[in-house]
Amino acid sequence: MNEIVDGFIQAVELIVSLDPEVLEITARSLLISLAATAVAALIAIPIGGYIHFREFGGKRGLVTIIQTLYALPTVIAGLFVFLLLSRVGPLGFLGLLFTPWGMVIGQTVLVVPLLVGMTLIALSGVEKTIQDEVISLGATSSQTIWTIVKEARFAILGGVILGFGRAISEVGAAMIIGGNIRGYTRVLTTAIALETSMGNIAFSIALGIILLAIALLVTTALFLVQER
Amino acid sequence: MIEFSHVSKSFGEKNVLNDLTFRIEKGEIFTFIGPSGTGKTTILRLINVLELPTSGSILIDGKDTRVSERDKVALRRRMSVVFQKPAALRGNVFQNVALGLKFRNTQSEEIQRRVSEALGLVGLEGYAERKATTLSGGELQRVAIARALVTKPEILLLDEPTANLDPASTERIENLILSLSEKFGTTIILSTHDMVQGQRLATRIAVILNRTLGQVGDSHEIFYQPKNREVARMVGVDNIFEGTVVSNDAGLATIDINGTPVIATCSHLQGSRVTVYMRPEDIIFLVGKDGKSSARNELPGTITRVTPMGPNMKMKMDAGITLVAIITRRSYDELGLSKGASVYASFKASAIHVVKNEE
Repeated sequence: MNEIVDGFIQAVELIVSLDPEVLEITARSLLISLAATAVAALIAIPIGGYIHFREFGGKRGLVTIIQTLYALPTVIAGLFVFLLLSRVGPLGFLGLLFTPWGMVIGQTVLVVPLLVGMTLIALSGVEKTIQDEVISLGATSSQTIWTIVKEARFAILGGVILGFGRAISEVGAAMIIGGNIRGYTRVLTTAIALETSMGNIAFSIALGIILLAIALLVTTALFLVQER
Repeated sequence: MIEFSHVSKSFGEKNVLNDLTFRIEKGEIFTFIGPSGTGKTTILRLINVLELPTSGSILIDGKDTRVSERDKVALRRRMSVVFQKPAALRGNVFQNVALGLKFRNTQSEEIQRRVSEALGLVGLEGYAERKATTLSGGELQRVAIARALVTKPEILLLDEPTANLDPASTERIENLILSLSEKFGTTIILSTHDMVQGQRLATRIAVILNRTLGQVGDSHEIFYQPKNREVARMVGVDNIFEGTVVSNDAGLATIDINGTPVIATCSHLQGSRVTVYMRPEDIIFLVGKDGKSSARNELPGTITRVTPMGPNMKMKMDAGITLVAIITRRSYDELGLSKGASVYASFKASAIHVVKNEE
């Protein structure tokens, strides 16, 4: 019991004293997950828009697959990207395995299905009358899509925030693809996993508090966005 | 300019329009009247190329509306629609009204100028910064009208444009419609369930009944010369009788309706089975027989029912046949009428519209 209390006290000290290693890991986590979320948004929102506005065979099935991938285990995404990026894999020549860029790819793979799904939900939340109104005002197909996406922007932003939450909290892909290299690919989640197994409880708790604080921030942001 | 040729429209199994053929000319104010749920909105959506006919064809300036997506956009950019329930997009009133101009890549100073002009036309000066989603139904309706006018359309489609408006705003919008037609020659196509509005505005009226066209004509034809029973009921011709022409003296016919003789101007020959239509407003009541009246018909009878209708009174009278009449409350009072009173119903031979029955 004492150990845990001590851990907490030391954790607070680490945070308050702005421990350089804690700061560095936090900054890297944020950068990698923000980058992954941004890339995922650039990919997922247009795909969501395409699926929503186009009729094609197998649409229903595709949406079901996307929804299933919401729950894609992070280690499987990690394994998949690991195989892609490994020396013998199809993208091995890029030399991205065990780099932050590789981790961005892994987290992007995790976030894209979720964000496509959220985009679909957001777009179907825009009333049909608005689409009619926009089309009858003389919008071209691309102007219509853009206007409806803008109309759904707060709901889509909600999806983006949720996607960021998934990216920053996952450990499987970051561990497998990044390799948890100190000072290079070590992020909050992988650091907690390692430090805990090494018995550095205080350090783990400090990182855990920070991770929870980020989660709290994300949730608050989501709440504020949905209030709009 | 707009030509429907045997147009039918179904959504899945459900047929909403059946075999419509008519033509709308450039510069007309053309009104569709009919009960709600009879497909008036679908007609406007077909003209705006939001829908395509299931069968038949729609030509705009001689060209079929089944064209590429790009050409549909070009067609739509010549028109504007005000939907029955207009939608407000996120953002303020200015942004909502500017939308059509934005899509047409209009210069921003021009947008500024035309949006404030359009807001002025509908009486919403000073609303530019208001959040569109917080407007009342009537305000939103006027924003929608401004949004439609701002692109200076050749064809303006209005679906029940004044259904949400108070009488003052309604009058304003009706005057606006008339002045657009006069000043710019805009072709205006509107749907309404308000007969009187149809009559006030329209060059021509189409009555839509049972998913198809009941009758097309000017307001006199529609209101005084209905083609059949359904149209007559729709436009408030309450007196409809079956009869037989017993004699016809140079266009002045005597028609026997269940034993009651009525004199009407018509050309149908003796022995013809006919249907007789008369508007309730065309009957006047006399307390005693009036030798001076020019009306050919004076039928004695008893008032059986009185229903006040604002400034008017609607009455049923048993004169061998049951007549429905509407007179002003003032003349009702002056004549000292009441239920059970004995009166003469007087109406002109020319007030009666006679249609020969199909064999």
